[in-house]
Amino acid sequence: MVSGIRSRSRRDTMKLALAAGIASVLAPRLALADAKQVEEEIKKLYGDKPQTAGKIKLDVPQIAENGLVVPISVDVESPMSGTDYVKTVHVFGDGNPLPNVVTFRFTPECGKASASTRMRLAQTQNIIAIAEMSDGKLFSAKAEVKVTIGGCGG
Amino acid sequence: MANPVPRVRVPAQAKAGEMIEIKTLISHEMESGQRKDASGKVIPRQIINKFTAAFNGKPVFEADWFPSISANPYQSFFYKAKESGEFKFTWKDDNGSDYTTTAKLTVA
Repeated sequence: MVSGIRSRSRRDTMKLALAAGIASVLAPRLALADAKQVEEEIKKLYGDKPQTAGKIKLDVPQIAENGLVVPISVDVESPMSGTDYVKTVHVFGDGNPLPNVVTFRFTPECGKASASTRMRLAQTQNIIAIAEMSDGKLFSAKAEVKVTIGGCGG
Repeated sequence: MANPVPRVRVPAQAKAGEMIEIKTLISHEMESGQRKDASGKVIPRQIINKFTAAFNGKPVFEADWFPSISANPYQSFFYKAKESGEFKFTWKDDNGSDYTTTAKLTVA
């Protein structure tokens, strides 16, 4: 009888493992954002206001070996005077679980609109930066980062 | 989690009008809210969601961080030196805590 119990429990274990396997295949591992979600986020912020490409130097690696730590630098051309300066730079990624990455808020005290940080990227994706000037004009830049090992969920 | 330790690098001295770069780092796991533990439960999000820098009480730079920011978040930015004074840096945690540190700057 002892061996019977043992074999039954092993069968149960197998069933459980099988069920878990099926569940993991059926359930998407991560719901990732896409380009449309990024567009929606930008629309939420600025509506249909036109964006001009340029003025932003978006510095990201072309290939990131480790998606957990990807350096990003943003540099916007601006005199950064009291009347003409960069207010914010929003950074988005179109392949992470959430589209937002970071928002930099500058003041004329900064002297130049330049900031760096490090981000996580789940997969190869486009990084989009939108800069808002003190006069309300919008500028944008886009760069693709190829990710070898994703930085989400481990 | 161990208490986050902020570290900042600010030049001790600068000339008036000089552009100085400020580099900051804080130890923090930046739990994204996307990961699951061994039993399959989602580990709740706990990140630092805001970094602010002020000089002599005047705001200089802010960053809103999202879960896509790496653990032990790094942030650098610039400041145009005008007068001597003190920087105050603040990091705001999802759990309501504030972590702060200060750095002095002498303008010759």
